Amino acid sequence: MRGAAASFPLFSPAGGGILRDLMNAGPSASFRRLFDEVGPVDSVGVEERVAKYATRSLKQAAKLWGLRTAVAMVDLTTLEGKDTPGKVASLCRKALRPSDDPAVPPVAAVCVYPAMVRHARRALGPGAKVRIASVATAFPSGQAPLATRLGEVRAAVADGADEIDMVINRGAFLAGEFSRVQDEIAAVRDACGRSTLKVILEVSELETYDKIRAASFLAMTVLRPGDFIKTSTGKTALNATLGNNQVMLEAIRDFYLDTGIPIAMKPAGGIRTAKQALQFLVAVKETLGDAWLNNRRYRFGASALLNDLVRQLAKERTGAYQAPYYFSEAATSY
Amino acid sequence: MSRLPITKTPKVYVGGAFIRSESARVFPLRDAAGAFFAHIPQCTRKDLRNAIEAAAAAGPGWAKRTAYNRGQILYRLAEMLEARSAELAAALLVGVKATPRARAAAAREVAATIDRIIYYAGWADKYEQLLGSVNPVAAPYFNFTVTEPMGVVGVLAPATPALLGLASLLAPAIVSGNTVVALASESQPYPAILLGEMLATSDLPGGVVNLLTGFRRELVPTFATHTHLRALSGVATAGERRALRLGAAESVKRTRLRPAEDRIDWYAADAQSLAAVGDTLEYKTTWHPIGA
Amino acid sequence: MATFTLNPRRRGRPAPELIFGDLWPYDPAPETADPKLLARYGLFINGRFTPAKSGQVFDSINPATERKLAELARAGTADVNAAYAAAQRAFDTTWGRMPGRERAKYLFRIARLLQDRAREFAVAETMDGGKPIKESRDFDVPMAAAHFFYHAGWADKLDYVAPGRRVAPLGVVGQVIPWNFPLLMCAWKLAPALAMGNCVVLKPAETTSITALKLAEIIQDADLPPGVVNIVTGAGEVGAAVMGHRTAAKVAFTGSTEVGKSILRSLAGTDQKMTLELGGKAANIIFDDAPLDQAVEGVINGIFFNQGHVCCAGSRLLVQESIAGRVLAKLKQRLQVLRVGDPLDKNTDLGAINSREQLRKITALVKAGVREGAELYQPACVLPARGWYFRPTLFSGVTMSQRIAREEIFGPVLSILTFRTPEEAVEKANNTAYGLSAGVWTDKGARILKLATELKAGVVWANTYNKFDPASPFGGYKESGFGREGGRQGLLDYCRLA
Repeated sequence: MRGAAASFPLFSPAGGGILRDLMNAGPSASFRRLFDEVGPVDSVGVEERVAKYATRSLKQAAKLWGLRTAVAMVDLTTLEGKDTPGKVASLCRKALRPSDDPAVPPVAAVCVYPAMVRHARRALGPGAKVRIASVATAFPSGQAPLATRLGEVRAAVADGADEIDMVINRGAFLAGEFSRVQDEIAAVRDACGRSTLKVILEVSELETYDKIRAASFLAMTVLRPGDFIKTSTGKTALNATLGNNQVMLEAIRDFYLDTGIPIAMKPAGGIRTAKQALQFLVAVKETLGDAWLNNRRYRFGASALLNDLVRQLAKERTGAYQAPYYFSEAATSY
Repeated sequence: MSRLPITKTPKVYVGGAFIRSESARVFPLRDAAGAFFAHIPQCTRKDLRNAIEAAAAAGPGWAKRTAYNRGQILYRLAEMLEARSAELAAALLVGVKATPRARAAAAREVAATIDRIIYYAGWADKYEQLLGSVNPVAAPYFNFTVTEPMGVVGVLAPATPALLGLASLLAPAIVSGNTVVALASESQPYPAILLGEMLATSDLPGGVVNLLTGFRRELVPTFATHTHLRALSGVATAGERRALRLGAAESVKRTRLRPAEDRIDWYAADAQSLAAVGDTLEYKTTWHPIGA
Repeated sequence: MATFTLNPRRRGRPAPELIFGDLWPYDPAPETADPKLLARYGLFINGRFTPAKSGQVFDSINPATERKLAELARAGTADVNAAYAAAQRAFDTTWGRMPGRERAKYLFRIARLLQDRAREFAVAETMDGGKPIKESRDFDVPMAAAHFFYHAGWADKLDYVAPGRRVAPLGVVGQVIPWNFPLLMCAWKLAPALAMGNCVVLKPAETTSITALKLAEIIQDADLPPGVVNIVTGAGEVGAAVMGHRTAAKVAFTGSTEVGKSILRSLAGTDQKMTLELGGKAANIIFDDAPLDQAVEGVINGIFFNQGHVCCAGSRLLVQESIAGRVLAKLKQRLQVLRVGDPLDKNTDLGAINSREQLRKITALVKAGVREGAELYQPACVLPARGWYFRPTLFSGVTMSQRIAREEIFGPVLSILTFRTPEEAVEKANNTAYGLSAGVWTDKGARILKLATELKAGVVWANTYNKFDPASPFGGYKESGFGREGGRQGLLDYCRLA
């Protein structure tokens, strides 16, 4: 019976098993089965749920804690064609010390292109508090031969990347070639060695919540505890939203309760304000609970966000609203 | 030597069958000159209960028929009446002095009855388009209101016009999928006996219309209190209305009762209406999200 | 409790659990807007606030603090007579003769003025009734304004209400409303009546009259002709006087089925036109292919919205047996993050129970549920020391014969039953004297339409629950009452066909 299984047989050992059997039934059959096993998502319902997060009112200590925790969760990102060693070095300095205020923690990681990893490592030094994440696998499209993508991952790890942000093969996913998508994720995982893997679903290209949920499970099945699933590259029109964040958090929760394996989550792109970040954190608190309210289990992929977090922390400290040009590399400087 | 005719034993039409009262009681009907005409079943509350059960059993199937099909069946019923209109007119003259004026009135009543059935037959596949709606709610939902039949409707026919009054109450109820248990005119029950025979030869499924004859004072209390009746439609005296509403209160039964004291013109333009169809309908509103 | 089949990867290890602890507690976030309450409110008759002729008053209590909010006038028969006389006069001299386009503008004014004072009204509503501020702020008050807007637009288009017929107002309408949505029910009752050209005598619930009287201030500010709207306050006997008044051309009541039946009985000897919106015991049906997280959210919203003081609350959850364990587990998790407490706190999800009497009734029915063998679950939330509160409550293993599956609890208590097939689901859902609303959750379109047809209820929410809109007719089948409120169909109950 459709959806009647009390567990998700997809999560069989090492992610092979049943899923691989399904592949033999042909891509379209496996496509339907995948969605049936993880269940559908009602988009209007998701959006109504997350609208309630936005009505949570955070005051005083709760707000301070949220803002500081958000800072510590930032993957401070620069992903531009014009990135230079100098820009990356400055980013790293900011990552280590986002504010003069000693109560503001360093961010979780810097996130750079593979070519910039060695510059970041030089700027941060070995064993730094801030980790280095790198977007490998022919980011953002992923449209390169697997061998090329794996080579890029190995190079970034060799240059000192603690974390690899990969993109899934959306083309294969949308064509129904799930085993290929999953096998590629597993191959990248192996290429990561001891580095953490973050799997970017590129939700805007999957488009529907059903597919986002299905892709989350497809990835999680081959991930290790502490690896991430991540919303977006930040290079498409629609990136992290409270809606797709919620769908992925619920997938993580269902997977965890079924397997005991905690997968981490990273929304990326489009989170520019402290207010938004707090809403995402409220979603984490109310969906996954306390164990995910730290930067081992939750990150923000962002660049402009950090400034606003620091700015709001300054406002909380001083009681005065702050002009943006008090903060380095603010987007608006006039 | 003239042949002695076989007289018909009047039976009431319940659950698609012709029955006499379970009590075996009858009351005599006499012609205008006072001569015996026939014995009419004097139905009891148990007959009413049985009729309601027959109506309830027929309800889901009848309501599930397509609107087109219900309309076709009502047209067919009108055809049956048209073919036997002389007989119906004669039935209306039982107990009445057959003056030319009375004959004309009877013929007119039969014609109006047939036209009324035709009128409601035509509504079958149209009333929903006027009574239902799609509602523009301020959220991403498709929201629509449809009508549904109430269920088993109790009909209390007026004393006169015995046939037109009964048909005017029956037709708008059944056209939407309700089923009916009706109590015919107490003073002129014979047209309802004939109508039953015509119902049986139309394609109306058994149990959709159940016609009882008998005494109002015996049956009104059960019409009032039987909780499976979802609505009461008809003409009643002040005392009856009070009793019916008191009983109806216990199950929040819908009452559509017109005062017997009022002079109701059953031939008037507004004696047939879309609103009369609406009187035995419930509105149901459904919401569904619009999303991918 | 049934739960997931253990996955091979987890075998031998303890079941994983989520921790909803106090790592990041929300600080108190009280809404501080001034509700602008008066110490004493009179009756609103003929456009003026006047004390009861008897001079009697009663206290309106804040259920969250058990403290007195204001003193209200206790109307007597003479006051009700005066209200009806004023209404009839207004109907005969101004309102009943006014062109619809002019009535429309008055209704627009009311809607705008209500929007202007929205936050003030929300705070007053929350203090008076105990509902969370986020609900009064985001639902009750804006929805009340929306009802006036919607019906304003009808006032000059009444020729389109009844196809083929012209409509006319009835005269004076008597209306009695309940305590669960005090302002919103006021709007539901007043807006269509006024749009159609009727005048009104309205009685709000004894425990929640304040926002109706604040609305009377707006009616004054909107310069409505005196007597068009009259508001009398007091307890049941005042309601009975309003319902039974000879001047009334129609009466409308929203409240319990029990009181509805007594109104029907008391008016049995009259030919009074009536609308009754009564109780419910709605089924919320979840099939195994449903979007489960949204279904769970809908179930939560269905039963805990307004502390379950909702006539159309989804108080019976019918869940397909094959997923019952998973759904129950998800519900329990969701309950852990529901916040019960100070209704004025912006983060409160469940506020105070409206009255001590209602709390007593809920408590008694929950005890009956335990006694009859249903399995109780309540989250370990801390309730405020003062005020009337009740924990959100789940009962699993419920059968149709138990009281908690048949009686309207009107509180935050969900009874969970299981079914195997669609036919069984419909049978159980319809196995009640009520018929106000129903919910169905499934990913299959054809099944939704089949169930939407077969469920005997005036409102069917498919893959959603507890949604309302002025354009959407609302009302019940069977013992949940008759007549509709909202939409074109709702207007039909406030007119006579000419």
